[in-house]
Amino acid sequence: MTQPYVRVSDLKVAFPTEDGLVRAVDGVTFDVERGKTLAIVGESGSGKSVTSQAIMGLLNRKTAQISGEVWVGDTEMVSANDDVLRKMRGSDLAMIFQDPFASLHPFYRIGNQLVEAVRAHGNFSKSEAQDKARQMLTEVGIPNPERRLEDYPHQLSGGMRQRVMIAMALINGPSVLIADEPTTALDVTVQAQIMDLLGRLQEEYNTAVILITHDLGVVADVADEVAVMYAGRIVERGGLEDIFYRSQMPYTVGLLSSVPRLGTVADRLIPIPGQPPSVIRLPEGCRFEARCGAKAGVPGDTCQKVQPQLLPLADDPAHHVRCHLDEAARTEYSRLRLLEATATGEAS
Amino acid sequence: MTTYVIRRIATGVLILFLLSILVFLLFNALPADPAALTCGKSCTPAIIEANRIRLGLDLPLWQQYWEFLKGIFVGRTYGYGQAAFTCPAPSLGYSFRRGECVTELLLSRLPVSIYLSLGAFIIWIVSGVFFGVYSALRRGRWQERVTTGVALIGYSFPTFFIGLLALYFVVIKWQWLPYPDYISPFEDPVQFLQTMILPWLTLAVVYAAFYIRLTRNQMIETLGEDYIRTARAKGLPERTVIRKHALRAGLTPIVTAAGLDLAILLGGAIVTESVFTLPGIGRLAIDSVLEADLPVITATVLVAGAFIVIANVVVDLLYAVIDPRVRLV
Repeated sequence: MTQPYVRVSDLKVAFPTEDGLVRAVDGVTFDVERGKTLAIVGESGSGKSVTSQAIMGLLNRKTAQISGEVWVGDTEMVSANDDVLRKMRGSDLAMIFQDPFASLHPFYRIGNQLVEAVRAHGNFSKSEAQDKARQMLTEVGIPNPERRLEDYPHQLSGGMRQRVMIAMALINGPSVLIADEPTTALDVTVQAQIMDLLGRLQEEYNTAVILITHDLGVVADVADEVAVMYAGRIVERGGLEDIFYRSQMPYTVGLLSSVPRLGTVADRLIPIPGQPPSVIRLPEGCRFEARCGAKAGVPGDTCQKVQPQLLPLADDPAHHVRCHLDEAARTEYSRLRLLEATATGEAS
Repeated sequence: MTTYVIRRIATGVLILFLLSILVFLLFNALPADPAALTCGKSCTPAIIEANRIRLGLDLPLWQQYWEFLKGIFVGRTYGYGQAAFTCPAPSLGYSFRRGECVTELLLSRLPVSIYLSLGAFIIWIVSGVFFGVYSALRRGRWQERVTTGVALIGYSFPTFFIGLLALYFVVIKWQWLPYPDYISPFEDPVQFLQTMILPWLTLAVVYAAFYIRLTRNQMIETLGEDYIRTARAKGLPERTVIRKHALRAGLTPIVTAAGLDLAILLGGAIVTESVFTLPGIGRLAIDSVLEADLPVITATVLVAGAFIVIANVVVDLLYAVIDPRVRLV
């Protein structure tokens, strides 16, 4: 059996601030194989973007305290020096960002920015790099690439810019692509095109993809595995179907039932009550406890006092859940809540 | 792009025209009688009236303005017959106080102001941008605190105070430099440099302090932009990220500020020129105000305004060179 290409174990990222230590990521562990897609899901502030930037080695080490291990191929990113990180970025490990409007430099031509990416990692002449750029633009479905190379970013539409970003990320054939909310800033029709494109290129290059998103619809379409993050931690992790059909962590259940579903007339969604805890003053026990609808099923004040572990299920070792409830109670809670969500939709 | 250039220049000319009307009206609104100011204590009403006619001050206001405007393009002749004399184009008027055409007067003072402002400009822009970038990159460390601290001190001192301190210590007490006595660089380059070095530094200190802070803030803001993260994600060397990606984007507002600051100084660095007794436009303006030499005041205001208008056009054009998005407008 081959080892997964990306191996993150017990990754912690904290930022010292005047108000205290911000524990943005607090012990995150997961693997991604080449050719597979892991979706990291969670609301804003759950630590998913910081996780991705830690993997990329993009966090400023003067302001962030990083510990744990991040293996990308044979390189450990947390302990690597700046030069090693720089060489990994853009060659073996690439990233596309949420906002293609702000992510391309407004003052330089598309061609210049692509050529620069090529030449940062190989001994290419300008014209060789330009050839590669042209080829890559064709591959991401940009018509008339010769002309587009001469364009400035502001001359392209949002979808085209995101295609350029994808071309730029994949131009050196990376083994790992991190996509941080790649479709959030785009029109709905363009979103599907971009996700299709990513899927096609992933297959072609056998890339491991880490997809950061809060859009469960996108997750259902493309992910092989899903990790749900809450307040800096993974609270549930498993295969796509584990999460969507057999979710056990009350937070995941809450997320799923707050999303409109096709086939139901949902004029009322069930939101999760309350707010996530402050990442400076984290609760002693389960971080979701204050908002949890199932905590009555746990005797005493265990939820309040004891941190639950992320443990695999007995009959499904790939499916991990962080919850004090026993498995039967979790399954029952999940079934009832999801039923309720469907029912409120249908009743109206 | 061509349309953009033409439009900017046309706007500049229009603004200058409006400015000339404004300045002209403003000085005619003064209670002082320009004709009465043309001669000293031994004046008789007859001389005043004669001068009034010679200077065209008896004409209706619009016609005076017309003569003034015409003078700029074709020159202007004052008086009639034997007593007539001409200020060639571009004529900005005639100073009875000094007995000189205003244009000649300005032209003799202009080089001093240009040398002063350009020299100071080079010193402050180079040091300001350099230390600004430096302190942005050393953000949160002692180097940044020292740089911004020194900048703040420099920024807090008024120019005249720094100038007088410099004069007192460097020239009078320690006698490292001779007392400033302006001479053209073509006549005596050494004495020129000896005279100019203190005024340059004095002016540059205050501006450099401002530009350090401006550049630092710009760089910090730019370094937080998404496209800088993209550049890093591409694996570009940090040097390239800073020089190619961050500096160029952060420079835009600095170009604006620099262009306007330089223009304002070109129109006369009144305080510095006064402290170091440099015969520049600023001194000329101050002297004319003290002597109520109206034609010269009008001209210096107009010239200072022209510098600012020109600088604005140049800055706008530079913008288009730096930022391709501007070219669409």
